[in-house]
Amino acid sequence: MDSSHALDGHAAHPAHIDTSTGLDSRKMAFWTFIGSECLLFGSLIATYMAYKGRSIKPPYPHDVTINGVHYEGKLNIPLTSVSTFILLMSSVCMVIALYYVQRGMRNKSTLWLLMTALGGSIFLGCQVFEFTHFYHEGVTLQSNLFGSTFYLLTGFHGAHVTVGVIYLITLAMMSHRGRLGPERALNVEIAGLYWHFVDVIWIVIFPLIYLIR
Amino acid sequence: MTSETREIVHDQHAHPGLGFYMTIGAILIGFTFLEILGYVGETKGWYSSGVAAVIILVLSAVKFFSVVAYYMHLKFDNKLFTGIFVFPAILATLVIGGMILLFHVVHGEATAIHPTLTSNEAIHGAATNPSPGPR
Repeated sequence: MDSSHALDGHAAHPAHIDTSTGLDSRKMAFWTFIGSECLLFGSLIATYMAYKGRSIKPPYPHDVTINGVHYEGKLNIPLTSVSTFILLMSSVCMVIALYYVQRGMRNKSTLWLLMTALGGSIFLGCQVFEFTHFYHEGVTLQSNLFGSTFYLLTGFHGAHVTVGVIYLITLAMMSHRGRLGPERALNVEIAGLYWHFVDVIWIVIFPLIYLIR
Repeated sequence: MTSETREIVHDQHAHPGLGFYMTIGAILIGFTFLEILGYVGETKGWYSSGVAAVIILVLSAVKFFSVVAYYMHLKFDNKLFTGIFVFPAILATLVIGGMILLFHVVHGEATAIHPTLTSNEAIHGAATNPSPGPR
């Protein structure tokens, strides 16, 4: 079958797969994995929210005055806002990459996959900078409830972004070598699901940790 | 026909073009900007922290659903995928909401740790003000 006829200017979907649901098992399995990830991050976010504002000693995330003593908040909102914009932009790059993979445009596919990975890498760089800065400011895993829950939640998210960047670079290398044509677009679609999910989790984490006091 | 060629058969659901995805991207960026504006407004005292929280949460919910529906293709894909995602997502939301209710609303005072007490006093009660015990 000629893939160019099959695509015809639109995204391709499997018409029928020989499974009991008629849906691709890999995609089904990946959505199930994403569902389990929802519960994992749900528990981490719930823990952070339960202990939010419960630290009995500084450092605190936001500016606060206790018994006449002013404590400066440690969160760097401008830096994290920039890294949030970059992560959102990387999701747009991912959509563009999938668009070109489905149409068999190898060079553009490779370029946009690398752009997505670059966005993720910049986000990770910002997170490493933030963690290092926090460490020198006295925010550690052991410092107080804020430190423990903050590193746990954002650290898990960062680990997911790291896996995603490695995943994307691998796909970009495959695309560059011509091993990622339209017939394998589902591989990129699944990688896209993972990347967008990581983005979605940050959409939840960013306001809860950084923007809402 | 191999399993790989079966995947690309014909188009069952026409997806939007790149322009549509770019528009969603612009909306995401715009709403993130508004979220940050919501935070700035609260710090400047333009409105209360409660109002800011509502504004920020509504904006982030719109962003969440935009990415899930359009970028993750749930709006165009089989509804079974939607069910597989939405059920645990609702469970997670209930867990988060339940913990916030328990620790900050229903038993807010009982679970609060007073910042002026030491950690030992916070757990066992202040030494000069012993707990009256069960009533």
